[in-house]
Amino acid sequence: MRYIPHTEDDVARMLDAIGVPTVESLFAPIPEKLRLGRALALPEAASEQQVLAELGALAALNANAETHRWFLGAGTYAHFVPSAVDALAGRSEFYTSYTPYQPEISQGTLQAIFEWQTMICGLTGLEVSNASMYDGASAAAEAVLMAMRLTRRHKIVSAGLHPHYRDVVRSYVAGPEGKLALLPRDPTTGRTPVPADAIDAETACVIVQQPSFTGAVEDVRAAAEAAHARGALLVVVVTEALSLALLRSPGDLGADVVCGEAQSFGVPMSFGGPHLGFLATRARFVRQMPGRVVGETVDARNRRGFVLTLSTREQHIRRERATSNICTNQGLMLLRATIYLALLGRQGLRALALGNLAKAAYLRARVTATPGLGAPLSAPVFNELVVRVPDSAERALARALDDGAVGGLDLAPYAPDLGPSVLVCATELVSRDAIDRLVRALAGAAR
Amino acid sequence: MTGPVDRADAGRDPNSPEAVGNASRGLAYEEPLLFERSRPGRVGYSLSALDVPEVRPKDLLPEDFLRTDCEGLPELSEIDVVRHFTRISTWNYAVDLGLYPLGSCTMKYNPKLNEVVARLPGFAQTHPLQPAALSQGLLQLFYELERQLAEVSGMDRVSLQPAAGAQGELAGVMMIRAYHEHRGEQRTQVLVPDSAHGTNPASAGLNGYEIVSVPSGSDGLLHPEAVAAAMGPDVAALMLTNPSTLGLFEEHIVRIAEIVHAGGGLVYGDGANLNALLGIARPGDLGIDVMHFNLHKTFSTPHGGGGPGAGPVGVKNTLAPHLPVPVVRKLGGSEGDGFVLDYEFPRSIGRLHGNFGNVGMLVRAFAYIRSLGPDGLRRCAEMAVLNANYLLARLRGAWHVPYDRTVMHECVLSDARLEASGVTTLDVAKRLIDHGYHPPTVYFPLIVPGALMIEPTESESLEGLDRFVEAMLAIEREARTDPDTVRGAPHSTRLSRLDETRAARKPVLRWQPGGSS
Repeated sequence: MRYIPHTEDDVARMLDAIGVPTVESLFAPIPEKLRLGRALALPEAASEQQVLAELGALAALNANAETHRWFLGAGTYAHFVPSAVDALAGRSEFYTSYTPYQPEISQGTLQAIFEWQTMICGLTGLEVSNASMYDGASAAAEAVLMAMRLTRRHKIVSAGLHPHYRDVVRSYVAGPEGKLALLPRDPTTGRTPVPADAIDAETACVIVQQPSFTGAVEDVRAAAEAAHARGALLVVVVTEALSLALLRSPGDLGADVVCGEAQSFGVPMSFGGPHLGFLATRARFVRQMPGRVVGETVDARNRRGFVLTLSTREQHIRRERATSNICTNQGLMLLRATIYLALLGRQGLRALALGNLAKAAYLRARVTATPGLGAPLSAPVFNELVVRVPDSAERALARALDDGAVGGLDLAPYAPDLGPSVLVCATELVSRDAIDRLVRALAGAAR
Repeated sequence: MTGPVDRADAGRDPNSPEAVGNASRGLAYEEPLLFERSRPGRVGYSLSALDVPEVRPKDLLPEDFLRTDCEGLPELSEIDVVRHFTRISTWNYAVDLGLYPLGSCTMKYNPKLNEVVARLPGFAQTHPLQPAALSQGLLQLFYELERQLAEVSGMDRVSLQPAAGAQGELAGVMMIRAYHEHRGEQRTQVLVPDSAHGTNPASAGLNGYEIVSVPSGSDGLLHPEAVAAAMGPDVAALMLTNPSTLGLFEEHIVRIAEIVHAGGGLVYGDGANLNALLGIARPGDLGIDVMHFNLHKTFSTPHGGGGPGAGPVGVKNTLAPHLPVPVVRKLGGSEGDGFVLDYEFPRSIGRLHGNFGNVGMLVRAFAYIRSLGPDGLRRCAEMAVLNANYLLARLRGAWHVPYDRTVMHECVLSDARLEASGVTTLDVAKRLIDHGYHPPTVYFPLIVPGALMIEPTESESLEGLDRFVEAMLAIEREARTDPDTVRGAPHSTRLSRLDETRAARKPVLRWQPGGSS
């Protein structure tokens, strides 16, 4: 076995040093009757060449952004990833290390996390960020739990949240008995306004997705005012992190916690994971923030260095009274995103966001001008919008697929009130020609 | 705002302008923060020319909704970024550099093949909401991996969804709660041995349970009498780790599970230490009702500097109706062939992950199991246990061993014999760095004061272990003859010991222009 270095001679010498006759005898503490007593019923070991061939064959059965033109977003986005991201994140000094418990030999990981925290604070307009969460949905759930602890209230008012995020929030708040109420989407604009009477003295937080699941850019300032008027917090969830480069930061508009999914920043879609949850908040709430966090300090000779800090919030110290049970972060995904943001930088990220905005605007214009199609919701969008199709979303998407495109998300299971509709996303990966072809396919016009 | 850094060493001060991009001591690189390297006008990207009409944001959106600048992001060239991350990578210790004996973390080798397969576009470039008909290769992989993990563990069903071990625990405890509620019972307590990982009580606490700690016996094992004394009608479950965090097999597990079951409770198994049991014994055969797997430990997916993990959860049939959704199902009969994701399970605890879990990690673990087969997996357990017992045999003369028995995958030492020297476990850990090793897990489990928990894994060769033993023996000698050197360690790293108290007292959690604050 190429992953295990022991020769038979090594084993004999080690057994001798231990003073037992066989490897089997080391398992004496396991009572005989509790042992399996047979080989595991698994396929026999395969060679490296064979494993690569078999996995290659399974991979070939899956449509992907290299085999198809890609218009499916809805929380997971196909973006271009610069070559340097893979090259640097592929360094095994990063990916074969563990949580930086020993800071003197983990400064690479720790400095990258500190840089990530700084970037996320800048993008969200808040003062503190953690070292990432499992994904956007669990980050949203943890943000809600945090708001429940801070306010000692148990009601949650949700606006425009991705249905999967809503489900995850529901699962997480079941233990502490949080109650989730959903606000209706305005049928004309597609926005989800937060009326004052939706919030009462029991409301822990209002949670608003920006842009919403169906693409609308929401009025965050109004939501913040409504929440704060009754002593509730505002949690803003962002599933398309690139929008942060275009839209005013939620922190500036009054959000108390901004969290979500940063997969767009150089992390492969990978069928939904591993992705990159982020969470930022105001400095005064830091002691209730879940997850790892890195802070600056000095060494014994007064040189700058970084360490994991504020660990008294965490499970290994606080146990059942911890702010969360989380003990990993998405370190490798965070690294990718930090590299990505360093490459795109101050100008590039904004230029990319403007390009996405232009693609979606072009898509909207084409949809509006094409008989049989429509853009039923009037609110402005970033790079994703609802497209009404003439017959059924299933048939429209089948036509797109015939033409080599994964054309978007069939909204029937998620938003049946919208009629036959597809949620279509246009990033920098789709060309003008691809958009034209998609519009023709969705409309059912002759190609 | 922290005070200025001592400039005595200004030539190597990472903040000084002359240091940027250049400073080194021999080949030990200094490297400032990205933001300190930034120069207005530098770019590290090339975007394709826009092929649709440009738009002005304020024509589409209210001005109050718009940002005008991504201030705070740096401006760097590609070579700046490449050097930055390459340099800081050299400040990390890693499994690919050597023995990484963190107890309970199973820092085994992460095969390169697994990295290659996870990057295949047919896995890495797929979308979680693409139709099942376009995802058959992945769904088949999930279906098979679920069954392989069930076979390895002796559980009936597996959900791959949890993103890490702690989320697997959360799922497990949620299922336990759902099970009792479905039976019309409101149980309020969860039993946790005093040697448990902190995530166990935290996961139960998140579910609203009260934690009752169960003491370990003087032999380090959990005893049926202690569990029986804590058991009662309010107890929903016992959570335990087997082998325990002391590296000991819980010999009374079957009797303990009987006591919990007789009282109407369930038994949760923390799978952190499953590596020791592969092909030898199965939690499902020992009375465990629900458990999680750490794919990043037992099944070699990389730890990534703290994540991503993957924490599938396995259950007996009694808990299967409560598994998270979606569930992979193989079609049969009139439905035709292939696989689908099912969402309609009325007694499910719901969703824990926005999508299907950390799929990239599932692909790696699948490749690992395929590469090792049943004999290879068993060999992992055997060699991991051999390595741990070999270290114990070589170290027990010089070091205090609080529970001196045959161990499984890890052994626990303590600093008890060093007391006269004033050297503590923390000093030993830092001194190991000077000797070229990542330290073991320290001060855990909590029931051993000054614990050093050492898990070599099966990846280490005899000569590698011997070198580590020499380092441990040397440090024990140094503690007696030259304690100050040990107490001042590490001496050979770029930075010396870091002031963690200061970091926590005045938190500086981001960089700001003109000095972090």
